[in-house]
Amino acid sequence: MPNSLTIHRLIERLNSGDVTSRQATEACLNRIQSVDGELNAFIDFDSEEALSQADVADKTRANGGEGALLGVPIAIKDAIAVKDHPLNCASKILGDFVSPYDATVIRKLREAGAVVFGRVNMDEFAMGSSTENSSHGPSRNPWNIEHIPGGSSGGSAVAVAADECVASLGSDTGGSIRQPAALCGCVGLKPTYGRVSRYGLVAFASSLDQIGPLTKDVRDSAVMLQVIAGVDDRDSTSVPETVPDYSSNLTGDVKGLRIGIPKEYQVDGLDSEVKRAVGSAVESLAERGAEIIEVSLPHTEYAIATYYIIATAEASANLARFEGVRYGARVNGSDPQEMNSKTRGAGFGEEVKRRIILGTYVLSSGYYDAYYLRAQKVRTLIRQDYLKAFEKVDLIASPTTPTPAFKIGEKVDDPLQMYLSDIFTISCNLAGLCGISIPCGFSKLGLPIGLQLQGRPFGEPDLLRCAHAYEQATDWRNKKSKLD
Amino acid sequence: MNVDLSRVVRLARIELTLEEQRRISPQLAEVLRYVDKLKELNVEGVEPTAHAVPLENVLREDELRASLSQEEALSNAPKTANGLFVVPKIVE
Repeated sequence: MPNSLTIHRLIERLNSGDVTSRQATEACLNRIQSVDGELNAFIDFDSEEALSQADVADKTRANGGEGALLGVPIAIKDAIAVKDHPLNCASKILGDFVSPYDATVIRKLREAGAVVFGRVNMDEFAMGSSTENSSHGPSRNPWNIEHIPGGSSGGSAVAVAADECVASLGSDTGGSIRQPAALCGCVGLKPTYGRVSRYGLVAFASSLDQIGPLTKDVRDSAVMLQVIAGVDDRDSTSVPETVPDYSSNLTGDVKGLRIGIPKEYQVDGLDSEVKRAVGSAVESLAERGAEIIEVSLPHTEYAIATYYIIATAEASANLARFEGVRYGARVNGSDPQEMNSKTRGAGFGEEVKRRIILGTYVLSSGYYDAYYLRAQKVRTLIRQDYLKAFEKVDLIASPTTPTPAFKIGEKVDDPLQMYLSDIFTISCNLAGLCGISIPCGFSKLGLPIGLQLQGRPFGEPDLLRCAHAYEQATDWRNKKSKLD
Repeated sequence: MNVDLSRVVRLARIELTLEEQRRISPQLAEVLRYVDKLKELNVEGVEPTAHAVPLENVLREDELRASLSQEEALSNAPKTANGLFVVPKIVE
């Protein structure tokens, strides 16, 4: 079925006239119909509008038009603005908000001819690692529906892994693309900070957030990045660095590539099956000519604490805008302050409240220096660790997550335990690197395991080359969950 | 670690139920105990990082360009009148 194809295979078949975009889009919609009742990846979708976009793409192609994503159905995380569609960040507080404009990434997808359809589930305001913190209810892992799909871009990962779409967009603040990709067995890329415009992405932590693709293979990841990357005058933090041709770099060759293994990543709680799978992935890269070098990232153990101060501080400022005045739901009060407090009390879910409160606390008078400023300084130390390591190596390899997907409900009452599961993904955002998760095996219970590669800022070409070479040497990407 | 939760929720403008206060208070204390590990480090002389990719003075030409219309900007507001956002009365 066309919904299970990768972008590049689907494009080939669309070009040869083997299949139409309408058929591919219908196949996605049918798949949603049959499996999403169980998986809950989609918050909503507009079938008619999707099909009319597909028809336009088919017509364009018939008239000789081209586009890197012409006719390819792509699902969007509910944190990215799509004009005239609702946008909720899986929260109640946005009420019946409808986006008045397209995010820059959406404009770029449209220009490339994509069929932009469906809002996919997430942890509320991207705060979470399991997609359990959603006003839409939890999404489920297609490999075992009793398990979480990861988060916060859980819906994006499930929709790709279960073939409900061909590819999707997510956002990654501390692992929110890579971690669900690992736990659902697909490819998730977090581009370097500044590589992709954040205009139209609802801000969680502005110095860490980055939009990226979730796809069925690494080549698709390169194709998607090619479309969405680039400087944007609507995002002053996007970087005017030339966008290279990512696909041309997928040579299958890793000879001479230096891959670092951080000795500090041997953490307590690292699952033995994950350790084994990642270990053999690294061996496989070595057999193909990559040079494996031990590196040291001495401040690794401080990354989670640093992250949860900086991210919550930034979130407390960013989410101040949800106050019941300019958009979203309102709960009345006798004065503006009471109205704000009641609106926010009723509209935000508990994890979001927890993080805003923590962020407000670490920024408040008397605590700013001890927490926030100190965390920013430790962020410098963490960044320096990486930049130093990248003098010796081109990439850093590790597990994406310490364990395969845990069970739904297992960690909801213990926020700190949930935070600790982000150990391998968080530093990438703090240090402004790029990172990717690709499938590298399965646990005995049949749950996917992810290999994470991290690259230096704007090192996506090496990152994708290495990920692609590993992927092509293995067969993991061809395994599909059995939902039917 | 004792956090004056009522002070923080006032600053954050989030009304919590008693049940939420009972749950969140110890969780917050636990997270703060955990992040206290940053105090082990000597950060003297270390510059803080606000953004991992430092850019300075990102400017553009000061020229008029299209933005949301007033109607669009107000279209999602819970209460409007005469082209304005309406809030509860502030002064008597």
